[in-house]
Amino acid sequence: MSDFQQQALTLAAEQRSPEWLAELRARGADVWSAAAWPTRKTEQWKYTPLLALQNDNPARWPSTDSCAWQQAIDPIELDATRLVFVNGHFCPEHSSELPAGVVRFAEADAGQRELIARHLGTVIDTSRHLFGALSDAWTADGILLHVPRGQVLDKPVYILNVATPEAQPAASNQRVLVVLEDNSQAELIEHYVSGSEQQNLFVNSHTEVIVGNNAQIQHYRINLEQEDLLHVGGVHVDLHRDARFLGFTLAQGSRLKRIDYHVNHRGEGAHLGLNGVYLPRNKQLIDYHTNVEHRVPHCTTDEVFRGIIGDSAKAVFNGRIHIHPHAQKTLAELSNRNLLTSPTAEINTKPELEIYADDVRCAHGATIAQLDETSVFYLQSRGVTRAEAVRMLSFGFINELLNQVPEQAIQDYLRPRLTALFGQQGGELGQMSYD
Amino acid sequence: MLSIKGLHAKVEEKDILKGLDIEINPGEVHAIMGPNGSGKSTLGNVLAGRPGYEATAGSVVFKGQDLLELDTEERAREGIFLAFQYPVEIPGVSNMEFLKVSVDAKRKHAGLPELSAVEFMKLARETSKRVDLDASFLKRGVNEGFSGGEKKRNEIMQMMLLEPDLCILDETDSGLDIDALQVVADGVNSMRDGKRSFIVVTHYQRLLDYIVPDYVHVLAGGRIVKSGNKDLALELEAKGYGWLENGEG
Repeated sequence: MSDFQQQALTLAAEQRSPEWLAELRARGADVWSAAAWPTRKTEQWKYTPLLALQNDNPARWPSTDSCAWQQAIDPIELDATRLVFVNGHFCPEHSSELPAGVVRFAEADAGQRELIARHLGTVIDTSRHLFGALSDAWTADGILLHVPRGQVLDKPVYILNVATPEAQPAASNQRVLVVLEDNSQAELIEHYVSGSEQQNLFVNSHTEVIVGNNAQIQHYRINLEQEDLLHVGGVHVDLHRDARFLGFTLAQGSRLKRIDYHVNHRGEGAHLGLNGVYLPRNKQLIDYHTNVEHRVPHCTTDEVFRGIIGDSAKAVFNGRIHIHPHAQKTLAELSNRNLLTSPTAEINTKPELEIYADDVRCAHGATIAQLDETSVFYLQSRGVTRAEAVRMLSFGFINELLNQVPEQAIQDYLRPRLTALFGQQGGELGQMSYD
Repeated sequence: MLSIKGLHAKVEEKDILKGLDIEINPGEVHAIMGPNGSGKSTLGNVLAGRPGYEATAGSVVFKGQDLLELDTEERAREGIFLAFQYPVEIPGVSNMEFLKVSVDAKRKHAGLPELSAVEFMKLARETSKRVDLDASFLKRGVNEGFSGGEKKRNEIMQMMLLEPDLCILDETDSGLDIDALQVVADGVNSMRDGKRSFIVVTHYQRLLDYIVPDYVHVLAGGRIVKSGNKDLALELEAKGYGWLENGEG
């Protein structure tokens, strides 16, 4: 067992409430302690060393008095039910009144506890997701989003996870459970953000989503975090008959950021649409692993990830689509395109199709490129400087995906921030209407 | 306006232009015709400063300056405009943003203030009407999913917005049907003001029925082998290029 595994168990032992989650924690701790610690030879972690985590070896939970609101943190302007957590601690003073169906585990009533106990931990495959087991072992609080049969949540649920500096390396755990019953619909935004100071924080965040028959979720996971922050997380989804998961994710920051999407097509006619953007710079490392299990016929997957890797940053994209023997008539597409803007930037991309059915249509592709010189010349021939042309083209490369984000407030939030990231002025026109 | 003397240029180590001379005064329209591979497109790209198109000898003086000493974007700001034979598609960069950045760069260079977003949008909409492009094209990605004719009209729209002193049309007529050709030609003709000059590079005489040139030059083997007035174009249409190339050899 590695030092960090040992340390994490000590932290797990400090989580004593609520009592009714003790069994989940014990189960998680068992899997965690029995698991082999990933090394360079572990396929799933081949390009993503956990050294930074081992070196920091966080030995404490964040201090409880860190619930101070920082001016630097500006949330997405959105008419939503907002829940704010600072270093894992819930901050009621910055959060909305919670509607029926949205509750913290700590405050769940008997019926909600029963629902949580029945579903929590059932979507994460802890044999594949080591840090999912850690999440089980560490879970004391969390959020339940439950939409009953046939209902449509009238406002999006916006979970804002703020990181603030800790004096010594600390660990924080985030857990979300979404249960959408048949024919229901919801929108969930998970937003991780931090100021620019050194954070000293390791975040382990896992979300489980159960989408019932013909139900739909629009899901966002936005990670805009400081360089030194360590983050491992996962979104684990079960899609039942005709269910739809429409997702968008964006990641920036962190010395070590690993995000897994694991989606199970369990009912016929289910659909996954997932777009992702990663923008590591400096010495950041961002790793997206997606795994889609087509277990039944007639399901569709449409997955597009794009990355711009600059400076000496490193990115990993591993997109696996596994089509089981009975999953006939599957339609699956996976595209991953990467732009390297520096000679020392690195991308490791691997689309992985495993097809065991014979009547399916699947396409996948991965590209790595520098900027198209003809496009640079085209812009320069109109009077734009080379530097400005490079910025416009880099932003344009991801702006295509940004333009497809259905929630306008998120587009409006991200566009100027990403524009600033590429050092471009304005974004003024992008926000104006052309009518 | 533009004086080219003994210009030699190479593309990827291959000599394409081999001593080209041409003199263009303000307000003139010069058509450059010639067989495939004669160096027609190379000329436009060398003048615009495309990387990989290297002038190896000779001189190009534009408005009294040594053009070859200027960077690509400086040439544009000084008033050179190349309408591309194959305009580039740039998804994710909106046409409107691209146009505004270009126009602002040119205005700044001329010591003028940048246009406000509202002023610019008004101007862009008016201009798009002049080339019969729906305003919805302004918010799409640059040339993204445009038809051949739409791309060429977008080029002309950029030309109108940037108000260059020297417009180089690189086979702008290729692949256009007669209606699109008419729109493009009307756009160009509307910009003829007695001061602005044009180099119209074309493979087909047809365009010159719509944009009537002052001079026609035949480019073959990297040099101008014959010059004349618009009647030369008709002669070429009737006889082809063979008689000139043979005479050359």
